[in-house]
Amino acid sequence: MSELTLERGLAAFRAEIDAPTAAFFSSCVHCGVCAQSCPFYLETGDPKYTPILKLEPLRLIWEAEFTLWGRIKGLLGLQEKVTDAMLAEWEELLYDSCSMCGRCSMVCPVGNDLAYMIRKSREGMVQAGHAPEGLINASIRAVTTGSPMGLQWKTLAVQIKHVEASTGLEVPVDKTGAEYLVMLSSMEVINFPEYLEAITKIFDHAGVTWTLSTQCFEATNAGIQIGNKDIAAQLVERVVAAAETLKVSKVISPECGHAFTAIRWEGPNLIGRPYPFRVFHIVEVLDELRATGRIQTEGKEDDRLSMHDPCNLARKSGVIQQQRNLIDLVAEDFVDMNEHGRFQWCCGAGGGVSSNERAEELKMAAFKRKKAQIEEVAPERMVTMCATCRTQLEEGLEEYNMDIPVIGLTEMIADHLVEKPRAAAEHDAEA
Amino acid sequence: MSGAMGFLLWVKGPMFNIALAIFAIGLIARLVEIFLLGRAPNYAEPRAGEWGPGLRTMLSRTIADPGTFKRAPFNVVVGWVWHIGFLIALLLFIPHIELFKGVLGLYWPGLPNPVVDLVTAVTLITLLATLVHRLWHPVKRRISTTEDYLVWTIVFMVVLTGYLAYHRLVEPYPLALGMHILSAELMLIMLPFTKLTHIFTAFIARWYNGAAFGRKGVQS
Repeated sequence: MSELTLERGLAAFRAEIDAPTAAFFSSCVHCGVCAQSCPFYLETGDPKYTPILKLEPLRLIWEAEFTLWGRIKGLLGLQEKVTDAMLAEWEELLYDSCSMCGRCSMVCPVGNDLAYMIRKSREGMVQAGHAPEGLINASIRAVTTGSPMGLQWKTLAVQIKHVEASTGLEVPVDKTGAEYLVMLSSMEVINFPEYLEAITKIFDHAGVTWTLSTQCFEATNAGIQIGNKDIAAQLVERVVAAAETLKVSKVISPECGHAFTAIRWEGPNLIGRPYPFRVFHIVEVLDELRATGRIQTEGKEDDRLSMHDPCNLARKSGVIQQQRNLIDLVAEDFVDMNEHGRFQWCCGAGGGVSSNERAEELKMAAFKRKKAQIEEVAPERMVTMCATCRTQLEEGLEEYNMDIPVIGLTEMIADHLVEKPRAAAEHDAEA
Repeated sequence: MSGAMGFLLWVKGPMFNIALAIFAIGLIARLVEIFLLGRAPNYAEPRAGEWGPGLRTMLSRTIADPGTFKRAPFNVVVGWVWHIGFLIALLLFIPHIELFKGVLGLYWPGLPNPVVDLVTAVTLITLLATLVHRLWHPVKRRISTTEDYLVWTIVFMVVLTGYLAYHRLVEPYPLALGMHILSAELMLIMLPFTKLTHIFTAFIARWYNGAAFGRKGVQS
């Protein structure tokens, strides 16, 4: 990689400024309400974590180079400049203390989409050489090995064997012409192998044709988390190539929030063209199977369950009702958190925070907001549908000695499938 | 007296035209600066259109969500009160309507003077409260810039001089009225170059926000 410099950083910041960004910065009145939506500010009480302040480098470049008044100030030598020292100081603000959860974007009274601009700012930070070590390493591993955790197909192959042995079902690999290409996240493969087993059972039950691809199994995108379009585009192209090779019409993003926004919303723009296939989160697929009567369940969980909506899935992708339909199918005593769906609170680990080892303390501080939400409704177990959220919930609850297991929604559905599926027609889809 | 009258005639005449010209040119420049930047094409398959959700967010952001209201009640309530107070005084005070009628040819019914007077007093008090809050609240103190205090000062001056002129608290009257008009002109001049632009751009920002989320199936 050629040398990363302030000049390159400034050029990258500059390239990110568009009409929405200019409208947002023109509108900020410094009311500070965004801070009241940020778990990193609320749980540390440190005003430097105010979301709009995190955007100061991008704002300065907008003001200096994209406004008449800023240019005049520049000629008079009154315009503050972005320096390398400033970016070094802002690294913590733009990475360690922001999970890009987008809650501030939902509450800003003038309508500023702050998370959108954080994502943009990171492009500049990478080019200026001010990205966190942890994310740099994850990006390098993603490019060189195909997985941000350095996971290789052979590890997954072992897992596939285990799943096949325990279910007696085939895990389809490289099946051309299947309906769905199933993508995974390394975090899931390592921490939650039950997911692969669950979809194997569910898809067999529902008669869905699907496949994994040896060409590419990783759905996550470290390039987006760190903020590097080139890396991000390269990772998206791998998924596209795998889907095209196998001629699938649909690609399923796993129980991972950011992988979904990466491939569903950013991906086509990164590669500069629409996909020849459609993209769904696994929860969307399962809900569709439920609605069409292809999933038949029996029995219900009888303990008190609550749910954590991953930011990327709910607020940032509009998948909110689907997981509730699914949980109603298999849970008797489900209680939603007071602020859920588009107003849910982040677990604290998203947006690359969990890959950034030095942010551990902040990550756990931000979790306290989620913890308080969980305590309010006092569930016996938590359900979620993102491996990063799930890991964070497990670690956080453990840290605070709260005995609340966390389970993935897909495996919960798989646990309730009826053994011998009856004819779909007999079933009321809405049951 | 003649000095004061000369001052009043100047602010009502040449200065008014200068202020309006700077305001108009500055605002057009700002809007052009924004829109010329454009947006990159979006190739992701949308869940919904952009216009509906965008237009809805333009209005809906005026009301805070319940959680934000609970966490920042002062911001929400005081912000509302002074904005509405300012708008009532600006748009429903009969002499102001006369001015709009003269400049734009448009007019509408106003409120009785005592009502506008009370609203103005409330606006002044809430504006003072916003200043105290800005100086006291750690977040607001940390993010505030010279511009924030400058803008606060000019907005406060506009309302205060109006109040003083109405109550004949400054003599001679042409001086009081002249100061009020001059404050308003300074505010107009500053508007396109400071955060006062949010009067216009906040609706653009809200549209972009609503459109981006709406496209993904979320009403923001």
